[in-house]
Amino acid sequence: MNNIPFTKFLTSLGEYFVLIVNVFWVSIRQPPQFSLIRNQLYDIGVASLPVISITGFSTGIVLAAQAFFQLSSYGLTSVTGLMVAKAMMVEMGPVLTAFMITGRVGASMCAELGTMRVTEQIDALKSMAVNPLRYLIAPRFIGGIIMLPLLTIYSCFMGIVGGYMIAVYYYGMDPQTFLDPLPVHLDNFDLFSGIVKSIFFGIVIVTISCYKGMTSRGGAKGVGRSTTNSVVVCYSVILITNFLITIGINSLYPFLEKYIPWMVK
Amino acid sequence: MDGEMTEKQPKIRVRDLWKQYGSLKVLTGLDLDVYEGETIVILGRSGVGKSVLLKQIMGIEVPDKGSIEVDGINILTGTRQEKQNAYMQMGMLFQGAALFDSMNVVENTSFYLNQHGDPRQSEPITSQEIRERASEALKMVDLEGTEEKMPSDLSGGMRKRAGLARLIVYRPNIMLFDEPTTGLDPITAMQINKLIKKTQAELKATSIVVTHDIRSALEVGDRLALHHDGEILHITTKEEFFQIDDPVIQTFIQNAEVSKSMSGGH
Repeated sequence: MNNIPFTKFLTSLGEYFVLIVNVFWVSIRQPPQFSLIRNQLYDIGVASLPVISITGFSTGIVLAAQAFFQLSSYGLTSVTGLMVAKAMMVEMGPVLTAFMITGRVGASMCAELGTMRVTEQIDALKSMAVNPLRYLIAPRFIGGIIMLPLLTIYSCFMGIVGGYMIAVYYYGMDPQTFLDPLPVHLDNFDLFSGIVKSIFFGIVIVTISCYKGMTSRGGAKGVGRSTTNSVVVCYSVILITNFLITIGINSLYPFLEKYIPWMVK
Repeated sequence: MDGEMTEKQPKIRVRDLWKQYGSLKVLTGLDLDVYEGETIVILGRSGVGKSVLLKQIMGIEVPDKGSIEVDGINILTGTRQEKQNAYMQMGMLFQGAALFDSMNVVENTSFYLNQHGDPRQSEPITSQEIRERASEALKMVDLEGTEEKMPSDLSGGMRKRAGLARLIVYRPNIMLFDEPTTGLDPITAMQINKLIKKTQAELKATSIVVTHDIRSALEVGDRLALHHDGEILHITTKEEFFQIDDPVIQTFIQNAEVSKSMSGGH
């Protein structure tokens, strides 16, 4: 039996986890220069606002349109607003934001680091006693952890705005009917759930993209292959971790209800 | 010269260095001593692992086995601080210059000083001083006026010179040159050789140059060595190098098509 691909997979997995641990360690013990973090906050966050606006808004209008249409035959159109808001906060917001950031930022990170790898720029950093982990990856890591939750909240907001507009201005729903259930039925747990997911997704996107970039081989073709690979792996891992985090967070609900009750109100 | 050097403590001592990629053995128990202030040129065919040797010395890659000492301290087993101190006094010119393509020429040149300051001076270096030092280094390599250009706007020779400026701006004690003249036209190659000699003379650094260009080797080297089959075969002065009756060296010289000029001119 040829076990080389499996061995390679295990080796890569090991290297990837070592990278995550080292990046955590470096980010805490030797935080990178603030200017590097600021640049990443801008690249990951501010520069992604247009695409996140479009994604959130269009998802919100489609959710509202479908909800209104599907629920009208049961006379339940009054829950359209709540459905849009809940769906956006716990599932659609975090996952779609993560997908868009993977495509817009993760691919670019992988290609940039991959190009630096194959043109010896990363070796040049090391030759000047600069740790590439601290200079290149830690700022992206910190930027991803900070910006993904903020972008997710923004995406949810845009989704609710989109849902409101289609429900009220297209289907003629009463604005109060759309908005009134939201403060009553949306609780901190929904927000908590979405934010925890987005933090995990931020870690996944940055570390996979950077790992794939840092291990690129074979010139332009190799960088292209790594970039495609990183996007596919990120999407798959986001979907799998989304399921695992959902199960994990939901199982925490009774604990939170008992010991941190404000979290579920 | 060789006799004098053997009595001195080498600045860089490499012992029994091994490196293997998959089934390909690149370094097989390589030994090398480089003495303070000298320039040693390691000749060898493309792909024999000359650059790999430099990367092991520079700490970019880790050898499978062996020791590398700088000033008597083993940089593979030393403490984090010892390693950092050793690497801070070293610098390398890469084959493709390896300029940071997101930065312009002056940002590339001042990168080390921006990151670490000047290890040779105790007080912190100001941004004005960094700018002046970078301009000075660029002037030394005849790249005045290119400060704001991006690496993609430079020719191959200019990129090499910018890489050299980035190296000399922090005045390292040890300089490693990876194929400094490869891919350059003869005139630009000659300019690069002169620049290496000039900076070597000014900084009094210890240098290792790896190349397959014998003309370049003769121009810049104090001693020549041949890298073959993962080891250093024969290491001697450049005058004696071409007299060695070893088929490997003779074949290498003949293949380089300079044997006639060597026997006549050197």
